[in-house]
Amino acid sequence: MSNLSITQQPEILPQLRRESIRRIVEQGQRADGRAHLEFRNIDIIVNPVKTADGSAIVKLGNTVVIAGVKTSIGVPYPDTPDEGALIVNLETPPLASPEIEPGPPDENAIEIARVVDRTIRHSGFIDFKSLCIVPGKYAYILWVDIYVLNHDGNVIDAACMAAVSALSATKLPKAIIEQDQAKLIRDEKIELKVDKSKLPLTITFIKVCNSLLVDPTLEEENVSDAKITIGVSEGKIVSIQKTTGAFDRDDIVSIISKSVELYSKLRDVVLSKISSESYSYIRI
Amino acid sequence: MIAQQSEDLRRIVRELAREGKRFDGRAPDQHRPVRLEVGVLSNADGSALVAYGDTVVVAAVYGPREVHPRHLALPDRAILRVRYHMAPFSTPDERKRPEPTRREIEISKVIREALEPVVLLEQFPRTSIDVFIEVLQADGSTRVASITAASLALADAGVPMRDLVVGVSVGKIENLIIVDLNRVEDGYGDGDMPIAFMCRRGLITLLQADGQWSPDEVRQAIDMAYRAAGDIYRQMRDVLKGKYIESVRALSQ
Repeated sequence: MSNLSITQQPEILPQLRRESIRRIVEQGQRADGRAHLEFRNIDIIVNPVKTADGSAIVKLGNTVVIAGVKTSIGVPYPDTPDEGALIVNLETPPLASPEIEPGPPDENAIEIARVVDRTIRHSGFIDFKSLCIVPGKYAYILWVDIYVLNHDGNVIDAACMAAVSALSATKLPKAIIEQDQAKLIRDEKIELKVDKSKLPLTITFIKVCNSLLVDPTLEEENVSDAKITIGVSEGKIVSIQKTTGAFDRDDIVSIISKSVELYSKLRDVVLSKISSESYSYIRI
Repeated sequence: MIAQQSEDLRRIVRELAREGKRFDGRAPDQHRPVRLEVGVLSNADGSALVAYGDTVVVAAVYGPREVHPRHLALPDRAILRVRYHMAPFSTPDERKRPEPTRREIEISKVIREALEPVVLLEQFPRTSIDVFIEVLQADGSTRVASITAASLALADAGVPMRDLVVGVSVGKIENLIIVDLNRVEDGYGDGDMPIAFMCRRGLITLLQADGQWSPDEVRQAIDMAYRAAGDIYRQMRDVLKGKYIESVRALSQ
């Protein structure tokens, strides 16, 4: 493994398929019948994993991701002695797609995890001070592990939805101090405080033949000219990550305002899915 | 305090076993409820979700397909590649680190060797058949649940096989032989014996054991596992038939 970032091999897609997807977009439509600014169907299963402190399965069309939160105790960072920590990790195991080989997370997986991390961190969704146990000595560390089970495009938006859904449902094991050592009591749980009005979400846009599309499928990602992800929380932009291609200034202005518009609708969908309390088990 | 709790749990589990009882109320030869689903992942050529009680695994099959790197290909048959992996949130207590452990590497190998005898590899020379397994929630018996899931996913992918392989674990606590160990029984028992059967032919393709067993206990354990495997085998056949009938119906409409 080298540490170089190398130009990625284009996915092989028959030329005819590529041309037809682009032509349909030019006509103002999409191959799967959606409008340009319409998300695929969203399904969220909250807390299906009993071994996790919080979890969620998100289905965004045919893209399926599962996120699990585990808690441990660590030493706070020296510059934030009264705050806990959040660590987001994303893996694309080889079962998710025929293109994926087993191995440690590649640059795409690491990028997604870091963008999701930044989006959550800067939204004010989590009160990091509430994760402090003893200032300067002990704090909660929240490990959010996201696994892609089926990759059909826009993994990043699905991953962010899964992470915030899992965090919304997280119960922290109680921390006690015994002989100056902090310990977790795993059968005594306290709710993780989150501010749902600030629910952070990412919205990914691709540019195809001068049109802007949200929530691209894998095929659409593969024929796109450019791609960008905007993190939004309560009307504020909390992260931006341009990935492939190039956008002009007007594109960016339009994407930013569209992302804020789309956010409130998307947040309502996610909130209604995660608040519908029901018996939950692992199903795909 | 935590050490005290687990000591209490061990004592209770073992006392119950001396009375012929189990911690979760099951009879010694009673398997946990088995949930089987096939075709759960749209990208894979075949896939399955298998739950043994609170143990939940998902398996995906890709292939037969081209081998990368090429030199791994065999001129007269397909190669089988198997990866067993546990998600970091699948275990109680501590987060499991995501990189494969020595345990996961060994289990991947024994699962491959449990499947190789049934897959008609000679029909697909120079190709690879890949089986990828993720444990999403672990409550004991994950490797045998993984074998059942892999076998279902292979069948769902239409890979020709001589038989279905079914995984079942047996164990021993205080001279009591029990089937389908959960995490507590695995942790506090005296022995663990995961077994996989080619059910129709009655052949064994995975057999491991730890602990101490008399020859008679081994015989008893295998017989108990085989009976449980038969029930699961029938359930597997039904779920595969169900999906097949459904797809034929969808085609004819």
